[in-house]
Amino acid sequence: MMFKISPENWAFLIEFAWLCAKAAGLLGFVSLSVMFLIWWERKVSAHIQSRLGPMRVGWHGCLQTIADTIKLLLKENIVAKDTDKVSFWLAPLVSFVAAFLPFAAIPFAKNLVVQDFGLGLLYIFAVSSLGVIGVFMAGWGSGNKYSLLGAMRASAQIISYEIPLVLSVLSIVMLTGSLNMTKIVEAQGQVWFAFSQPIAFLIYFISALAETNRAPFDISEAESELVAGFHTEYSGMKFSMFFLAEYTNMFVVSAIAATLFLGGWQGPFLPGIFWFLAKVYFLIFLMMWIRWTFPRFRVDQLMNFAWKFLVPLAFLNILATALFLVLKK
Amino acid sequence: MPTLETQQFSVSFGPQHPSTHGVLHLQMDLDGEVIVNCTPHIGYLHRDFEKICENRTYTQIIPFTDRLDYLGAMNNNFGYCLTVEKLLGVVIPERAEYIRVIIAELNRIASHLLAVGTFVQDLGAFGTPLLYCFREREMILDIFELTCGARLTYNYYRLGGVSADIPEGFVQKVKDFIRYFRPKLTDYHRLITNNAIFLIRTKDIGVLSKEKALNYAISGPSLRASGIKFDLRKEEPYSIYPRFEFDIPTRNSGDCWDRYIVRMEEMEQSLRIVEQAIDKIPEGDFSAKLPKIIKVPAGELYFRTESPRGELGFYLISDGSAKPYRLKCRAPSFSNLSVIAELVKGVKIADVIAILGSLDIVLGEIDR
Repeated sequence: MMFKISPENWAFLIEFAWLCAKAAGLLGFVSLSVMFLIWWERKVSAHIQSRLGPMRVGWHGCLQTIADTIKLLLKENIVAKDTDKVSFWLAPLVSFVAAFLPFAAIPFAKNLVVQDFGLGLLYIFAVSSLGVIGVFMAGWGSGNKYSLLGAMRASAQIISYEIPLVLSVLSIVMLTGSLNMTKIVEAQGQVWFAFSQPIAFLIYFISALAETNRAPFDISEAESELVAGFHTEYSGMKFSMFFLAEYTNMFVVSAIAATLFLGGWQGPFLPGIFWFLAKVYFLIFLMMWIRWTFPRFRVDQLMNFAWKFLVPLAFLNILATALFLVLKK
Repeated sequence: MPTLETQQFSVSFGPQHPSTHGVLHLQMDLDGEVIVNCTPHIGYLHRDFEKICENRTYTQIIPFTDRLDYLGAMNNNFGYCLTVEKLLGVVIPERAEYIRVIIAELNRIASHLLAVGTFVQDLGAFGTPLLYCFREREMILDIFELTCGARLTYNYYRLGGVSADIPEGFVQKVKDFIRYFRPKLTDYHRLITNNAIFLIRTKDIGVLSKEKALNYAISGPSLRASGIKFDLRKEEPYSIYPRFEFDIPTRNSGDCWDRYIVRMEEMEQSLRIVEQAIDKIPEGDFSAKLPKIIKVPAGELYFRTESPRGELGFYLISDGSAKPYRLKCRAPSFSNLSVIAELVKGVKIADVIAILGSLDIVLGEIDR
């Protein structure tokens, strides 16, 4: 018996293949971008610290990350005796997938977006908060006290900072009346929201630093306290998945910031993709600059800062925005 | 309402841990993030310094003193040589005295640079302040390398003077360093001292009261941060320190920030001493004439000097032979570490690191 494919099914299959291709392309872009970011972070930190950084592999060490990746791939896969196998193996995957999913709704340029959701912003925050599960699985599965402490810190931190993060974005949604990323970008034709909503931008940026576990909020992997936090027991490719997830997360939060506050792909003369990437990389550079300058918060100070300062401030900002909208009418 | 059952758990910090200075092992009982109990275990670096000394001639002991506090090795050489010389009753040539003081103060700066750098590193300012400090320390090490050939364990001081005269270009290099280093200190203050995060991490953390500091025989910058103006260079002046003008920086609250700032200011004062001494180095011998085999007259003596970490004392008993009958070393880090168990009770893990870093211990002289 012949299996017949109806025209509707054909259309669906083509669309599915097209989506897969887009996802593959995105994955390639993300991997390349992370490789570049790792090299760049090493260079930025080196020059901040009056060093040179990697110089041997390729021009100014630009192929260093590839060499490191090969090394990590070839490393022995070490699994400690008391690990919880399932969560230990799944954790890096969960972390990376959660970091990768938000890309689907981020517009890189006009019409250059995998899926232009109506509720794009909601989708992004929903999937990116899955990352904390990966972190906790890693901490629990490792069967190591340092890892567990690190994971507990990370979970508390990420969940706490998600609140000011979302609250700060809420004022943007109030201004545009849409959760669609493309519409939000188009609403910034005249003025970037970074200028009309500076407080929201600051709250978002600070919370984003905490969300990605970057210094000065890197208490979850606080090297001088917890060895390496939740990924103490990880080595080889599983470790590099966490690494990949961290840098992907940096890209995601910066991309969201660029889209929501810095006018996304909009800019004069040059094509949109250039402007978008320039803004994203500038924000990532800022994050690196902060990381290599400031000491780290203590865990309770970090919580105080979120709950007693950022959250009330975000609420005030929403109130002010609402007042402004009402008065404008 | 049912109460949630919690359980304490115990964690070993060290001897292999990124932020225990050297091979210190802290056994900590934790209630969540809070320290309930902390026991320091030492001895991983024990080399039996005091017993070895009973089987070595007085000159052969000098390189062993390098390995006590390896970050302030010149100061250890200095303290040991002064002890033996006092019992010997030898007169040190003026030139040697000047060289000794300049070198010792440069070493103090190098040691404090490392202390401040690692302290801020432990607080999570990853790498940057530490490497800045290393950059400056490197210049001092270069000067030392030029002078005696070594960069960490110098073996430069000798009974009666120093092992070799200062080389050509030494004076210029030291002057270059002074000119270079002053503005850098201002840079550090701008980068670290009043940073908001640094302040909340160090202010009122690990407060060491005046009484407690005295009871635990704390010495050095940690004592002066608790409000006691005690510096052996002023209290019991040795060598030619009375000829130089310098202040003793003190603070009153005895928290981590105070210990940090006292070290920062001490570097400035050391710089002042070097600056005054460098232009006045007289001509003459760099070492007194002593016989090849040095026999110290019978007797006993305790002599103490101000090392970068505090009161470094040597108790020497001589029976008149070429080897000491007994040599006891009173290491400042040992007493300074003893207070840690009391200081960290009830604080968070992150504070333990801050307190440990601010006490600035070197395991080399604790374990001996």
